[in-house]
Amino acid sequence: MDLLRFATAGSVDDGKSTMIGRLLFDSKAIFEDQLDAVERASRTRGTEYTDLALLTDGLRAEREQGITIDVAYRYFATPRRKFIIADTPGHVQYTRNMVTGASTANLGVVLVDARNGLTEQSRRHAFLLNLLRVPHVLLAVNKMDLVGYAEDVYERIREEFQIFAQRLNVADLTVIPISALKGDNVVERSAEMSWYDGPTLLGHLENIHVASDRNLIDVRFPVQYVIRPKSNQYHDFRGYAGTLAGGVMKVGDEVMVLPSGFTSTITGIDTYDGPVQEAFPEKAVVVRLADDIDISRGDMICRPHNSPRVTQDLDAMVCWMGERGTLRKGGRYVLKHTTRTVRAIVRDLHYRLDINTLHRDEAADALTLNEIGRITLRTTQPLFADDYGRNRTTGGFILIDEATNQTVAAGMLDLDKT
Amino acid sequence: MTTVDYRLSQLDALEAEGIHIIREAAAECERPALLFSGGKDSCVLLHLAVKAFWPAKVPFPVLHVDTGHNFPEVIEFRDMLVDKLGVRLEVASVQDAVDDGRVVERPGQSRNRLQTQVLLDAIVEHGFDALFGGARRDEEKARAKERVFSFRDEFGQWEPKAQRPELWSLYNTRVQPGEHMRVFPLSNWTELDIWDYVAREHIELPSIYFAHQRTVFERDGMLLFDHEVTARRPDEAAYQATVRYRTVGDMSCTGAVESTAGTVEDVIAEVATSRITERGATRADDKFSEAAMEDRKREGYF
Repeated sequence: MDLLRFATAGSVDDGKSTMIGRLLFDSKAIFEDQLDAVERASRTRGTEYTDLALLTDGLRAEREQGITIDVAYRYFATPRRKFIIADTPGHVQYTRNMVTGASTANLGVVLVDARNGLTEQSRRHAFLLNLLRVPHVLLAVNKMDLVGYAEDVYERIREEFQIFAQRLNVADLTVIPISALKGDNVVERSAEMSWYDGPTLLGHLENIHVASDRNLIDVRFPVQYVIRPKSNQYHDFRGYAGTLAGGVMKVGDEVMVLPSGFTSTITGIDTYDGPVQEAFPEKAVVVRLADDIDISRGDMICRPHNSPRVTQDLDAMVCWMGERGTLRKGGRYVLKHTTRTVRAIVRDLHYRLDINTLHRDEAADALTLNEIGRITLRTTQPLFADDYGRNRTTGGFILIDEATNQTVAAGMLDLDKT
Repeated sequence: MTTVDYRLSQLDALEAEGIHIIREAAAECERPALLFSGGKDSCVLLHLAVKAFWPAKVPFPVLHVDTGHNFPEVIEFRDMLVDKLGVRLEVASVQDAVDDGRVVERPGQSRNRLQTQVLLDAIVEHGFDALFGGARRDEEKARAKERVFSFRDEFGQWEPKAQRPELWSLYNTRVQPGEHMRVFPLSNWTELDIWDYVAREHIELPSIYFAHQRTVFERDGMLLFDHEVTARRPDEAAYQATVRYRTVGDMSCTGAVESTAGTVEDVIAEVATSRITERGATRADDKFSEAAMEDRKREGYF
């Protein structure tokens, strides 16, 4: 059984909470006491039916204001897969939250109300999933019960979305007609839409192929921690602990270490459960090398003829997340990229992107909360980086405000144009 | 040509994520410690910490907030485990805090709430800037929205509206002196994942997790241990039952469930079919209000 992380986006009215409630409920991930609590809360507030949205609105402030504040993570499993849902709200702070939720997602669900079709908001959601390079996109056309389960309504929305998606890098797009409230095509097949012969929502989530989403070509091993036991049994042991960000490493492989450029050979890949012959992405391992090279946290192990870009000048798309302050030319930040932390200065703000129209405003001189733009950065030390489209781990970074320690921006490197 | 399977099972993925988080905190924080209660989540957490640094020893101490009302089986287990692993144990004692007047005990009330002050005192005393906790997001609604690296101000408070965005596997670990991080490597695990992992890794747990004979009585729908600290009233009838615990907490507020599950495999079968969450079933401390956990977390609770 493997793991699928997906992000959901949609406003309150699109029925997102109902859809998540339906997935959790039909897959038996909701427990009796949780349902009791929701029923009690629904009664207290005078709601006539059991409001499944209350399951996902976790915090007191949210319940009092009837809105969702932040990304919430939900869990359910079927015999085929375990699922992690990053549930992001659709209101004002949507961009920051959606970017956060999408950053780790294999798949993004965009929800639309069949009565309204594609809205500005659904285009925005699709664009953000694409910006974060979420490999699979699922458009759920919800509330089909309210349009008489009409095929032509579904077809019109599907066509419109496919035309819009041409402008994005969406490699895998699936469109499913559902009714979250009635349960049509969510977990059970709909008896009302015999014209639809595709998978149900859950069926699609269970079967989609995600193992190829990782980069298994380019070896990238950011050194996280140096392990030196200094015990009698492991007197001379020196290993480099880290999580593989790309490629497949094998014992005996020749490797290169950045920034030094020294080469060596992998003599062992260790885990607590014993040595392994190979390691692949997302595995947390300890690597030993034949030569005694000075290696510390923040260094990168790669292959001699396949190394990341070593650069202090970076072009990137950034999303500004700071509550206060703005991103401007000349701004200085702490930049964290893989296991490496450096200082950075904004050399240029090229444009601000209007995520509704995709218009580039080149006259913009600042980015404020939830705005996206293209910048050039100069760092104090080189980064070992890849294009975000090629590797989300070695292509993504965050900016931290040194005065407040707040995380103020997320960035996606675009090295092809640097 | 042989084809190797490069897919990760869900437990392997969760394990790798947990190890990554632990190493990240150990590398970037000055004085981390691991909160250890003897509960299954903290046992899994400690197991991951051992894996993260092997063959070196865990490079930080474990901290136990001892209410003085812990199950004796759990204290015995704790001492056995830290001894076996060679990790340093720090104990922050609620009894000491009661004795020297730092906290005031209210008769008939659980010491659960008193733990918060004792924990915050221990953080100051030792200068800890990062505390690993075994909390999971599936446990409770407030936790579903908490970050993996959860910032606490100089009063130890959690501010849900001012959380740092957390993207990819990049964690912002920066704090000012006096502030600290709570770090939750098991954020994405569910109760069933924990048990599946306990079985797979043969992780030792305190004996109270498994079916045993115990004298219990019923209060507010919960089965409490008939012991001095639960102060059974005359109208509450005690009886012998075959029970086990789903969580390990203070004796005064942790309820048992009737169960014959004597092995990890039995427990997994039971958890997989259970229709009540572990906290709903057995923790009186979460039931006070709809936002009980959120309020306690804001004050600096685990």
